[in-house]
Amino acid sequence: METILEVNNVIKQFGGFTALSDVNLRVQQGERLGLIGPNGSGKTTLINCISGAFTDYQGSIRFDGTDISKLKAHERTKRGIARSFQIPRPFSSMSVMENLLVPFAFVGGKDGPVQQKEAMDILQGMGLADKAFVQSNQLSQVELRKMELARAMAAKPKLLISDEAMAGLAGTEVDEVLEILFDLNKLGITIIMIEHIMQAVMKFSQRVVCLDAGKIICEGTPETIVKNPEVQRAYLGD
Amino acid sequence: MKYAAYSSLLLLGLLTLSIMSGVNEYFFFAGFVVLQFVVLATAWNILGGYAGYVNFGVPAFIAVGAYTAVVLFKSISAPLLVQIIGGGILAGALGLGVGLLTLKLRGIFFSIATVAVVFILETLVNNWRYVGGATGLQLTRPGDLWFFDSYVRMLFFVMAVLAVFSVTIARYVQDSFLGRGLRAVRDSEEAAECSGVPTLKIKLIACTISGALMGIAGAPMPMYLSYIEPLSTFNLSYSIYALGMPIIGGTSHWIGPVIGALLLATLQQIVTVTVSNELNVLIVGVLLVLFVVIAPEGILGLIKRWKQSSK
Amino acid sequence: MFSVDLIFEAVLFGILLGCFYAAVSLGLSVAFGLLDVPYVAHPALLILGSYFTYALCQTGIDPIVCGLLLMPVFYLIGIAFYRFYYETFEKRSTDTGVRGLAFFFGMAFIIEVCLILAFGVDQRTVSASYIGSSLEIGDYRLPYRMLVAFVIALSLTFVMTIYFSKTFNGRAIKAVGQDEGALRLMGANPVKIKQLAFGIATAVNALAGAMLIIVGPVEPAMDRIYIGRTFCVVVLAGLGSMSGTLVAGLVLGIAESIVMMTLGPSWAPAVSFGLLLLMLGARPQGLFGR
Repeated sequence: METILEVNNVIKQFGGFTALSDVNLRVQQGERLGLIGPNGSGKTTLINCISGAFTDYQGSIRFDGTDISKLKAHERTKRGIARSFQIPRPFSSMSVMENLLVPFAFVGGKDGPVQQKEAMDILQGMGLADKAFVQSNQLSQVELRKMELARAMAAKPKLLISDEAMAGLAGTEVDEVLEILFDLNKLGITIIMIEHIMQAVMKFSQRVVCLDAGKIICEGTPETIVKNPEVQRAYLGD
Repeated sequence: MKYAAYSSLLLLGLLTLSIMSGVNEYFFFAGFVVLQFVVLATAWNILGGYAGYVNFGVPAFIAVGAYTAVVLFKSISAPLLVQIIGGGILAGALGLGVGLLTLKLRGIFFSIATVAVVFILETLVNNWRYVGGATGLQLTRPGDLWFFDSYVRMLFFVMAVLAVFSVTIARYVQDSFLGRGLRAVRDSEEAAECSGVPTLKIKLIACTISGALMGIAGAPMPMYLSYIEPLSTFNLSYSIYALGMPIIGGTSHWIGPVIGALLLATLQQIVTVTVSNELNVLIVGVLLVLFVVIAPEGILGLIKRWKQSSK
Repeated sequence: MFSVDLIFEAVLFGILLGCFYAAVSLGLSVAFGLLDVPYVAHPALLILGSYFTYALCQTGIDPIVCGLLLMPVFYLIGIAFYRFYYETFEKRSTDTGVRGLAFFFGMAFIIEVCLILAFGVDQRTVSASYIGSSLEIGDYRLPYRMLVAFVIALSLTFVMTIYFSKTFNGRAIKAVGQDEGALRLMGANPVKIKQLAFGIATAVNALAGAMLIIVGPVEPAMDRIYIGRTFCVVVLAGLGSMSGTLVAGLVLGIAESIVMMTLGPSWAPAVSFGLLLLMLGARPQGLFGR
């Protein structure tokens, strides 16, 4: 399997505060990677560096063979990196369908009837087809989360970063979103999942990386991670 | 193609009006101002309504248009069309410049920067002998009236053409890729960027177009007044009108600013003549605050709600 | 060129002016710098404070006392403003950017026009024992009214800095701008804290308004130039920096004073706005900002 994402020696500081110190990560094509860590450990900062929300960090990031460190976020999206947001950010004045047509228009270059059909297919796969023409500010929490993922899909990504897509959802809702992520992975999309819900991370990930205070403290299979004393200390304290 | 038909019909109608005798000259004086506000409101909305960036410095762009026209007229006796094009280009350049400086920052910094531009340009113009400085400059209109009976009638029709032109541009922006991207930026700039929208580039384009259109609204003013001076040209009250009209009319569609401008500019003509200028600013200010608080989608939104409830 | 004496006097005047500008911007520093409210109506409220001081002054009360008396009134106005802003815009958080800005801009115009309708466009001044004469130190003349404003401005800045660094409420206000969640966990109500901050910011405006009319005549349209001066100071200082406000004020004051001396008073408005644009372009986080 080839490496699709390389994070090399990334350091990110905010004024005097170091959010990420010397992070190294390799993600394989088609992999399901779980990223865990307590609040404030730097998970979202790492995602922001990968997706291009931050471009002023030290170190380099390579995607699909090219150095993307200098590229802006929208250029990275065009290369195939998509992300969902921890707190959903819908285009609230637009319908669900129109939300999806934005990435179709700007990544794919077209937003005609063919793309509208494709958008409906995506929505169908997520169980949102009946809400296609509802204004997105009318959706429930779980529907918003699904729309975030649908919108990310409309950008036809090779890598999808799901930032706590299940936060605050109830039991069956978590399973719904999990199933969507599994289906996307079956299509060949590499997925990095940031999540606090441990069962979801265990079920989903082939490999788990744990972050604490801006450093990767261990990586491995879900079983080994859960038993790792450092991970336990990071979450539960000494 | 309905739009093309309607707008051509409208222009034809206004043209006929301008050539007809028996119409009170005052109609054209006042009509010019109303149409000018249609252009200004439409221009403001391209950046303010579609993208969500609030321009408080409308008079700066109007003034660039007007003073460019003056310089072109004074130096090379440029015809009106050249004055308008020149004004538009330079005002567009100002929009691009301000955008490059501040559109990377948060919205409020852009807004404050636009106020800054007004004062800086006003100070520069105040000290510029060639265009009359603080005292202003008298201008003699050229004799060429085309086929109109009076210069004011001609200017009225020119402004009508400019109004239709700006609305056409706004409509094009709204219905194109650009419009989709601007709406995405307004709703969530972060999500737009991650959906592939080149947010900075799109904002700069909107800012440039908006500025250019405000410039072409200002360019015919020196000829209209036969006079130019900084105090009234740089009057910040233009901003409350240019932003009040689209917000009251409705910012999501190009017809909103048109409705707002027609209603409020006509009201302005009535109130300013019968009572006072200040009262008119007060009325617009109060209406603006009322709409922003109670009916943020403007008159268009109210119409939509009324239509939905009567179903 | 210019004599050292003249430059020195300009700098001295600039220091006095600068402290005044800093005090006038303190309210904005809190409302916008700390709380992130697009409070473009702040300068209009400043002028309102000046006019209220003028009105009260007609009864014979000293202008500084008028300013102090107005503070509780303005405190309540500030709380009302924030409450309204919060309920209408912040809570619903749809399209807050445009609407919030348009709201405050509209309010600024309404205040200005109401002042014109009530008081007319002519300039208003107040009189007091310290207005009109100057302190003479050697060859330099320092107007007493500037010295009075200087002293008040320094005291105000000092009190505010102590308040924000030493008291619980003050520190809570500083914190709420950065991390509301953490503040809630500590048991403080973020909305009440922000309300308090806004009230304080507006109350300070009352005293600042009194200072303004002591320093010189006021007219309703002055809120426009003060948009430049106050935002220049706040941006120059850097959002969230209270102490930086004083330094920024001094920079602006001295710059304006020197420009007025060399190029003439007609160039004064361009200084604050020009400095503002320069900062936004070169270093938007200001000198001390976070």
